[in-house]
Amino acid sequence: MKTKAILVGVILALAGLGLICLGCGGAKKTEPYVVGGIFSISGPASYLGEPERNSMEMVAEAVNAQGGINGRPLKLVIYDDEGDVTKARLHATKLAQDKDCLAVIGPSLTHTSMATLEITQKAKLPLISCAAGIGITVPAKERVWVFKTAQTDQMAVDRIYQYLQKANLQQVAILTVSTGFGVSGKEQLLALASKYGIQVVAQEVFGEKDTDMTPQLTKLRGTPAQAVICWGTGPAPALVAKNMKQLGLTLPLIQSHGVASKKFIELAGDAGDGIILPAGKLAVWQQLPDTDPQKAVCKEYAEKYQAKFKAPESSFGGYAYDAIRMLNQALAKAGSDREKIRGELEGLKNFVGISGIFNMSPEDHNGLSPAAFVMVKIQKGGFQLID
Amino acid sequence: MTPPRFLNRWLLFAVAVGVIAAFMDQDYYYTLLNFIGIHTLLVVGLNLLLGYAGQISLGHAAFFGLGAYTSGILTATCGVDPWLALVAGLAVSGLAAFLIGIPALKLRGYYLGMATLGFGIIIYIILNEADGLTGGPSGLSGIPSLSLAGLAFNTPRRLYLLIWIILGIILAMSANLVNSRTGRAIRALHDGEAAAESLGVDTFRLKLKIFVWSALYASLAGSLYAHTLNFVAPSSFGFMFSIKLVTMVVLGGMASIWGSLLGAGTLTVLPELLTVFHDFEMVIFGAILMVVMIFLPRGLVRGILDLCESRRYKRQGGRISF
Amino acid sequence: MEIFAPLLQYLISGLTNGAIYALIALGFGIIYNATTIINFAQGEMVMLGALCAISIYHLAPSLPLAFAGAVVLVTCVGLIFERLALSPVKDPTPIALIIITVGGAVLIKGVAMLLWGKEAYNLPPFSGDAPIHLGPATILPQNLWVLGITAIAVAALEAFFRLTLVGKAMRACAYNTRAARLVGIAAGRMVQLSFGISAALGAGAGILIAPLTLGVYDMGTMLGLKGFSAAIIGGLGSMAGGVLGGLVLGVAEALATGFISSGYRDAVAFLLLLLVLFLRPQGLTGGRK
Repeated sequence: MKTKAILVGVILALAGLGLICLGCGGAKKTEPYVVGGIFSISGPASYLGEPERNSMEMVAEAVNAQGGINGRPLKLVIYDDEGDVTKARLHATKLAQDKDCLAVIGPSLTHTSMATLEITQKAKLPLISCAAGIGITVPAKERVWVFKTAQTDQMAVDRIYQYLQKANLQQVAILTVSTGFGVSGKEQLLALASKYGIQVVAQEVFGEKDTDMTPQLTKLRGTPAQAVICWGTGPAPALVAKNMKQLGLTLPLIQSHGVASKKFIELAGDAGDGIILPAGKLAVWQQLPDTDPQKAVCKEYAEKYQAKFKAPESSFGGYAYDAIRMLNQALAKAGSDREKIRGELEGLKNFVGISGIFNMSPEDHNGLSPAAFVMVKIQKGGFQLID
Repeated sequence: MTPPRFLNRWLLFAVAVGVIAAFMDQDYYYTLLNFIGIHTLLVVGLNLLLGYAGQISLGHAAFFGLGAYTSGILTATCGVDPWLALVAGLAVSGLAAFLIGIPALKLRGYYLGMATLGFGIIIYIILNEADGLTGGPSGLSGIPSLSLAGLAFNTPRRLYLLIWIILGIILAMSANLVNSRTGRAIRALHDGEAAAESLGVDTFRLKLKIFVWSALYASLAGSLYAHTLNFVAPSSFGFMFSIKLVTMVVLGGMASIWGSLLGAGTLTVLPELLTVFHDFEMVIFGAILMVVMIFLPRGLVRGILDLCESRRYKRQGGRISF
Repeated sequence: MEIFAPLLQYLISGLTNGAIYALIALGFGIIYNATTIINFAQGEMVMLGALCAISIYHLAPSLPLAFAGAVVLVTCVGLIFERLALSPVKDPTPIALIIITVGGAVLIKGVAMLLWGKEAYNLPPFSGDAPIHLGPATILPQNLWVLGITAIAVAALEAFFRLTLVGKAMRACAYNTRAARLVGIAAGRMVQLSFGISAALGAGAGILIAPLTLGVYDMGTMLGLKGFSAAIIGGLGSMAGGVLGGLVLGVAEALATGFISSGYRDAVAFLLLLLVLFLRPQGLTGGRK
């Protein structure tokens, strides 16, 4: 009896699968350009995926309202990987087997991007990742089909060290979160220190969900550190600022671009005052000189995003915004040919985006320079451009 | 359970696997089936421990992770042959299970649950922190595919055949095990340790054996997972995944080999089918665990059958007893 | 001196966290005594306490009101949880109960995520955030609140169980439910009461710590696990054990961060748990049974 029921279940499940397969070969109508998207729309990294999806949809809507690209509409197929590599892999496979899909934007995180690019590389499908990890596009000779729009941590570190050099501070303590973001930040902070004559005198880590960093900070007190660099995202870096205030540690605190959001200022409260960090220009676009070509792009994005989603714009959404816009430019020239699209992306020069001015090349599939970041200071509940 | 019926099931399994491999050409469905197969391997192993032997593990993702990372590190970093690495993974996980099992399996109920949970979290933290070895939270890439006699299992379809043939063998082995003398001893253990002991069962050795056995299943699944993704990251082996595995066991039915396939299949396919699932995933998992355990403690299929049967008995005015 | 200065700071950090773990551990212990159930959803009560207090505070900025309101709300959640999830269980084996309460924890966390979103929220400290200097170390007024209220809660519980009739009835149920029933104690009522008290304790812990750590939907899981570890380390079911276990765990974590490695801080906590489980499963104080 029971055995039979299980058998029937298995057969039904298989039959269902078969039906779904049949359904996939549906007919095409207006021959749209199909672009895939994989973002961490839900799950712990939804603060990245949600604005990314929104930005991508916003651009596609605007393009289609103006008659599409080469008269063909843009069709988006967006999936949610929930920050899970298995799911990212499944969605990537689904997009890769779709012969109409011309390129994929995302995923949002370094590890989901690494799992995805294995598939898109094999399928010769252009991928524009929105994650920071340097290993996604390096070495570019191997990652032929992979590009990315998010600034690399290395550039943020460059900017921080340039700032420290100017301020004549040579000895720093670093405090990094034990996630992909923090580990990559730590690597770059250690690797670039000697280039700028900076000495890392202490290195500590903290967990993403840790709620008390006073022990780590107490340890720093016994070192000759002249400044503290904290590398993290989410609420934990705000706690670092609060704990420093509690301990009466008056060293300058430098945070990463991972906290360049209004939310961080709110969470850190009084303790946030005076924190210095590298940020994308979007955070301070009002303060940019009119001669800065990025000002207009940032203004347009910020205003449109706020009007459409009734939520503050974020630099994370900017990654997807840049990606879809550069892809549109490539599609306009290359049409529906994956190989040509790839070529166009690789040849992209002086593309003014939210995250910086992109100059791609066969050796560099990110195309940004440290100038993509500006240094800002938190003052009176807002970001102040200082460098 | 007469012999011909028993044969029928395996025949149907083989035919179904073969038919799919012959007629389907969608990589996506193969990839989905591959993950279902890998999850089923894990769930069968956990079911032996949880459903049959009545010993809980809230840290099973750790053995999955140990298998995946041993395979990954040995092949990607040291260039060892993938099959050899798979065996090494089995050795590492088996040894870990043996060493942790000796003290842990003396504990019962909550204490055992907490010990396995603690072990799982410690392994997860090590995978994250030992970034020199494991690549840290960003993961370990460059893991080669498995290959046999020059044939590389590098497409979803080939991997599908490999995974489901292995799964078939493992399922048959497990069915054999639970129907054997050892299997009866295991069930006696579940129903009452003291009673089993008095019948001459060395309960501690038996528990340890099952614990190591289920860790080996998990490790095998882990190695296959690493070679399927060609990439591993610690986030796949966290506490929530252990809970997800327990949910699969409970949903499919405790102490049911075929139920494991159902449980793993349902919870792998469902999130793919329901796009509204995402933010509700946690709510749905939690609700499944509670509702199934409260109302259908024997799993979905058997629970529903039980309910139907009890209705029929009631209609006939008979008395029922579970 | 060189060692002493940081040591004092580690102790302050460790004792504050330890006090929170102790409150959660006591919640585990009270339910365990009344029912021999381990309620894995206990950590989520901490999260609910913090987030409810934050929400109430946003509606009406009064901390005492937020504190009281949140405790009442979460106590109700605890009572409802016992009614809906645990009282209908026909065959209460430990495995079934673990799975049900873990399921409950995941469910509550999921609902909280839908209600409050994934963002973290601030709760202002009870009395300012000017650090107080204590020799070479500093302490926040909020740390003192945590330690003080925990001490008061422990004393009040002790008095409740020793001196009041209801408290004695609960203890009687803990020793022998059947005998308690025979002398006319409504054991079912006592079970409900235990869920109410421990939910209230959890909520209190959450509100106390929110000004230090922010409130976010997923803060409960780790706190719950640490609280349970504390209960086991001290001795499950023993009041003194819960407090001792919490403080030992908190201080061990702080010292491990300070002297060993900050990355392995949680690993040290769980290693301690495994050591106690393997070497002395009855806990440091011996616990019950």
